[in-house]
Amino acid sequence: MKLTQIIDILDCEVLSGKDELSIDVETVVASDGMSEILAFAHPGALMITGLTNIQSVRTADIANVRAVIYIRGKRPDEKTIKLAEVVGIPVLATRLGMFDVCGILRERGLKGGM
Amino acid sequence: MAEELLRKSYQIHGRDFDKAGETASDIKDILKKIGVDAGVIHHTVVIAFEAEMNVVMYASEGTVTFVFTDEDIRLEIADEGPGIEDIDLALTEGYSTATDQMREMGFGFGMGLPNIRKNADEFNIESEPGVGTKVSAVVRLDASA
Repeated sequence: MKLTQIIDILDCEVLSGKDELSIDVETVVASDGMSEILAFAHPGALMITGLTNIQSVRTADIANVRAVIYIRGKRPDEKTIKLAEVVGIPVLATRLGMFDVCGILRERGLKGGM
Repeated sequence: MAEELLRKSYQIHGRDFDKAGETASDIKDILKKIGVDAGVIHHTVVIAFEAEMNVVMYASEGTVTFVFTDEDIRLEIADEGPGIEDIDLALTEGYSTATDQMREMGFGFGMGLPNIRKNADEFNIESEPGVGTKVSAVVRLDASA
């Protein structure tokens, strides 16, 4: 599924990576535990998390995650967004919670990437 | 005997959460430029990042030494920190002595050391309580699985 479709479905705000939204994702990892993502994420997965500090983007970069969605209307600080721009990872924010985001994306055919 | 091609050391400061991960990112860039297999890079940078986070979370100071040879990648992490009383317990997935502050950073769920061991082809840990901990990990260049 194109990231642009996911943005529409989840009504996401784009916080970084506006030029890289045409990417495709097929698998999703969802966790607030960064070690879990480091241990189990499939390369190229979409990462859903409520953790908005700079380690979330570091983890996404190290784990080869393609894009990050922050849930429950949470927003990262400026330095986190800046790091996302540097490492080239699109960062989005949705008002929906973890359960709804995962349920909606799974209904639309995305698979667990853990 | 493996021939050493590149060696780089990084100083890690305890509690410096903003910079935690810069070492792993730098190692990732170096390995990408060399053209190392993506699976080998993944194993190496996960080890480096988890080790770096452990130093930042628990120790006052530490060093990460990265050695690239014609056969493997070696990471040696040495810190001045509280040390580990029971290494077997620390290597058990889910066991953690992390504080709430560490968990708020998304770490400290008892997966760091197990993750390091899982991603390494060779793994060694030595620790002296009250002095510090040394972790060494080797990722072979021909083992991307």
